[in-house]
Amino acid sequence: MTQGVVAEPEVPGKIVADETRRAERTDRIVGHVQRQGALAVLLAVVIIAAAVFPNFRSYANTATILVAAAPPMLIALGMTFVIITGGIDLSVGSQFVLGGVVAAYASRWGLIAALLAPLLICGAIGLLNGVLIAHTRMAPFIVTLAALLGARGLMRALSSEGSTTYLVRSDAFHRLGSGSFLRIGYPVWLVAVLVLIGIVVLSRTRFGHAVYAIGGSEDAASLMGVAVRRTKVWVYVMSGVLAGLAGAINAAKLGSGVTVLGTGMELDAIAAVVIGGTLLTGGAGTIAGTIAGVLLLGVIQNMINQVGNLNSSYQQVISGAFLAVVVVAQTYLGKLRRVT
Amino acid sequence: MSSEALTARAGIDMARVRAWLPAYGVYVAIVLLVLYNIFFTPYFLTWSNLRIQLIQVAPIVIVALGMALVIGTEGIDLSVGSVMALAASLIPLYLGYGVVGAILVSLLAGLGVGLVNGTLVARVGLQPIVATLALFVGGRGLALVISGGQLKDVRNDNLIFLGSGDLFGLPVLVWIAAVLVLIVAFVVRRTVFGRRLLAIGGNRASAELAGLPVQRVLIAVYVTCSVLASIAGLLAVARIQSSDASAVGLLIELSAITAVVVGGTPLTGGRVRVLGTVAGALLMQLVVATMIKHNLQPSTTEMVQAVIILIAVYVARERKTR
Amino acid sequence: MALLEVVNVSKVFPGVRALDDVSFTLQPGEVHALVGENGAGKSTLIKVLTGVYQPDGGELRYCDEPVSFATPMDAQRSGISTIYQEVNLVPLMSVAHNLFLGREPRNRFGLLDENRMNREAAEILGPYGVTTDVRRQLGTLALGAQQMVALARAVMIDARVVIMDEPTSSLEPREVETLFGVIRDLHARGIGIIYVSHRLDELYQICDAVTILRDGRLVHTGQLAELERLRLVSLMLGRDASQVRKEGATAFEADQHEGTGGAPVLRATNLRSRHKLHDISFDVKPGEVVGLGGLLGAGRSETIKAVGGAYPLDGGEIEVDGRHLKRHSTVQAVKAGIAIQPEDRKAEGIVAGLSVRENIALAVLPRMARMGLVSDAKIDEIVDVYMKRLRIKASSPHQAVGDLSGGNQQKVLLARLLATQPKVLLLDEPTRGIDVGAKVEVQTLIDELAAEGLGVVLVSSDAEELIEGAHRVVVLRDGVVVGMLTGAEVTTEDLLATIAAAAPEDKDEQ
Repeated sequence: MTQGVVAEPEVPGKIVADETRRAERTDRIVGHVQRQGALAVLLAVVIIAAAVFPNFRSYANTATILVAAAPPMLIALGMTFVIITGGIDLSVGSQFVLGGVVAAYASRWGLIAALLAPLLICGAIGLLNGVLIAHTRMAPFIVTLAALLGARGLMRALSSEGSTTYLVRSDAFHRLGSGSFLRIGYPVWLVAVLVLIGIVVLSRTRFGHAVYAIGGSEDAASLMGVAVRRTKVWVYVMSGVLAGLAGAINAAKLGSGVTVLGTGMELDAIAAVVIGGTLLTGGAGTIAGTIAGVLLLGVIQNMINQVGNLNSSYQQVISGAFLAVVVVAQTYLGKLRRVT
Repeated sequence: MSSEALTARAGIDMARVRAWLPAYGVYVAIVLLVLYNIFFTPYFLTWSNLRIQLIQVAPIVIVALGMALVIGTEGIDLSVGSVMALAASLIPLYLGYGVVGAILVSLLAGLGVGLVNGTLVARVGLQPIVATLALFVGGRGLALVISGGQLKDVRNDNLIFLGSGDLFGLPVLVWIAAVLVLIVAFVVRRTVFGRRLLAIGGNRASAELAGLPVQRVLIAVYVTCSVLASIAGLLAVARIQSSDASAVGLLIELSAITAVVVGGTPLTGGRVRVLGTVAGALLMQLVVATMIKHNLQPSTTEMVQAVIILIAVYVARERKTR
Repeated sequence: MALLEVVNVSKVFPGVRALDDVSFTLQPGEVHALVGENGAGKSTLIKVLTGVYQPDGGELRYCDEPVSFATPMDAQRSGISTIYQEVNLVPLMSVAHNLFLGREPRNRFGLLDENRMNREAAEILGPYGVTTDVRRQLGTLALGAQQMVALARAVMIDARVVIMDEPTSSLEPREVETLFGVIRDLHARGIGIIYVSHRLDELYQICDAVTILRDGRLVHTGQLAELERLRLVSLMLGRDASQVRKEGATAFEADQHEGTGGAPVLRATNLRSRHKLHDISFDVKPGEVVGLGGLLGAGRSETIKAVGGAYPLDGGEIEVDGRHLKRHSTVQAVKAGIAIQPEDRKAEGIVAGLSVRENIALAVLPRMARMGLVSDAKIDEIVDVYMKRLRIKASSPHQAVGDLSGGNQQKVLLARLLATQPKVLLLDEPTRGIDVGAKVEVQTLIDELAAEGLGVVLVSSDAEELIEGAHRVVVLRDGVVVGMLTGAEVTTEDLLATIAAAAPEDKDEQ
């Protein structure tokens, strides 16, 4: 290990080695807590739910939870990429609703149009977000807040100020949302495939590593030759496309483009991503964590529904509380790792 | 004389315009819009119309005042809408103990939220947007839980007077907003707290070395912002004579940030334009009113608002300097 | 054939000539020391070399061709890599990912080959003494190890010139040995190295040539072996005899070295802070100016920041006027009567957006107010007093401080300190980056304040300023007090000799 220039006394070297080993151990443990914390909480909650609510254990209920979690999972998937770059996308809730309305409207021209139209329109909004954020250095939260307003306006303009609800006219499109395979809805399978692709892209491609590098330190990333602007633009485009797709799937499931849903979808997505261990300051996080975060919120919602007389708004309170605890815990865990 | 000198002068002029536009552009825009309306909008200059505009803009102004203070410290508070809902949901619950009791309880709720936000920002050291996100998400849920998710009618004459009564020919609501504007302007200009706030926003490291109680000031700023939001929330209840936690203050954080930014307060901190903020809120209100009067749909108005926000932030954005 | 040549390069910023006609040459396989105090122009020169700045005059030649780099990436692609003091890698990513970012090995499906990446990373880092698990987050490694990773990355991308900015400032002694091993290896491979450091022992151990800058000008370039240690230090810190004759050395009174009596107004005992300060003790009597000398990175700024409550301490005591400071914070320090002028005026001193008036009154607002309401009349009073006393030139008290010249900004900052009526003034490079006239005024002011009974701690890299301005000089090296110079007979040469003395630490500490 050493160059053998100076004959060193035995003791200091041993101390250094001990310190390194201790640092490595702390780092490993803290890293596990950061990455797998959400999964552990999810397992605990599932076990409790299974013990307390007999209905929870059924195959049908599991399928219900998964189908309900499908659109939020897509939105959270895009949000994971955005947050890892150190940004935030507050416009996804509006884009989700817009995507649903556009899909239902376009379903008169068949399945392909119903799927493609929302992706194109929401992708375009994402592109606008990305270009403004990457090229003018405006803060992501304010750009995407404006996009939230703009997308909502667009949705209302399309639906005669929200008074028209377009019905899905394509049977194929409707089946996409309501059909099932192995008693689990098509949306779940579709989302599962996209999530797998997302995992590969984030952890196994140069693009994915660029996403991490930008969130970790934008200056260092650009000095190391990462195409910072291009990566940022793509991340917001992805977020828009996924939100549009989530809206389309939801419309297919419901059979119409409902105009009143979607407020707070962006907040649920952010909560799920952060609970899943992704740092809101960027630079670290995993899609596996996000899956755990989305399912955790889904299971809690399901439990609240099982209790019956409980107000469904507890969901938001619990998300908010989780969010606060996780964010503060992450700050301290991060410090713990740094000190070693 | 030479072309170089000419470009130099043009350069200075451009620099002046750049500095001037974010700060005073809003007043010019208001004047232009008012002139346009006087000539082209029927019934614009009627008392009843102006009255409605003022009543509608009052809550936004109140929330924007707090937001301006937070932005002055280089922060942001996303939780103001949730605080309004929380304050609104508490009113019907405690009205049994009298108006004063109910109002005090909802102000206390605002104080509590502000303490949490301020502590997370000042002591834990979270980014303001991250710190206020938790209550942005959870606050409205809490309000809905408190209210049982239902719209509750509020029938209390004193409270209704706050919301729809008149005093010397002007709505009480507008008086309250005006008084709060004066107080905040006074605090910013004339008090130790106000000047410390600006110094912290301008250069936090320097304020710390100068021995200012930075953490205390920051917490106080977030508390002020939340308390102002809770005032806006209870006034909203008083005006519509019912408490609907799912609707009160929805998207108000966006309107408030817009008013502040359009009014010329930079997002980078160190400066607070109180009158500009009021003007910013008025301008956005006028834009919407004008468009509605000319039979443009709310959808169009929303899209136009989005564009105005982007332009205002773009014009005032920090230019990178080495 | 020269590898990299800097020919008569100049760089001007508003009000400052950061580089004035500087030239030097780097040969292949040469380790070239670049030295000078803060503000001497080293960092500007490095930024010109790496494409961050464009030179205003002169020429860069790389492999005998004139070149210009538009961006840092340009310079890097041509083979000029820089290892910065604050490591420019991504702390949250793993060691291996950092090493390969943007050049990751891919398998036949176009996906990254994680196993190969980790294996190769471990192989590459071995010679650099980094033997930790390469899957660890980079940020959790010791700074020294992070620097090695940065170095490995730079060499990996076929660098022909490596610029190292204070590479050893955060290294343990054994890590320094590893680094030197790596440098010798690079040297053998014909890679040119520009080595910025203030540890003289290291310079003489590893460098072949040296270039010394001061105030943006080249003062010496040549073989290091031919330059003795004391001469090197005096070139860095001292002044040319001709310049002294022209300007006069400093504005300090010559005959002020009388003894000062009384109990110390400031007593710092055994100040300790991880890696940076080791048992530093000194005291200051009323009316006394105590200088803190030493090279850059010796712990001067950290010491006075620690006294002012703005730098974390692991141990030690601070007493003001015999009273022990219980809580370690800036609020407590200011209350106790300590006022601190930080080295970086813009980042930590003035609030550029606020007016002269607001800046001066900033720290004393409660005294200018009744029940929280500020009295403008009272503020105007003190602002008037200090603007006159310090001769601050501003169009009005309402002018933004950011628009003033450097000297006037510094005076505004001093006015803010004085307004708190402190017992102890901590001044970190009070005359740096300000014009000659303002410099004279500030030096005279320090004399006057001491005469009025304040205790002053003066940090300066200007040897004459320390010798003539201070009654006593405490010399620091690597966070340890290595000498104390007292008495009227102390000369600049004595100070330089103390600073330059070979460090015995290598034998004693380990």
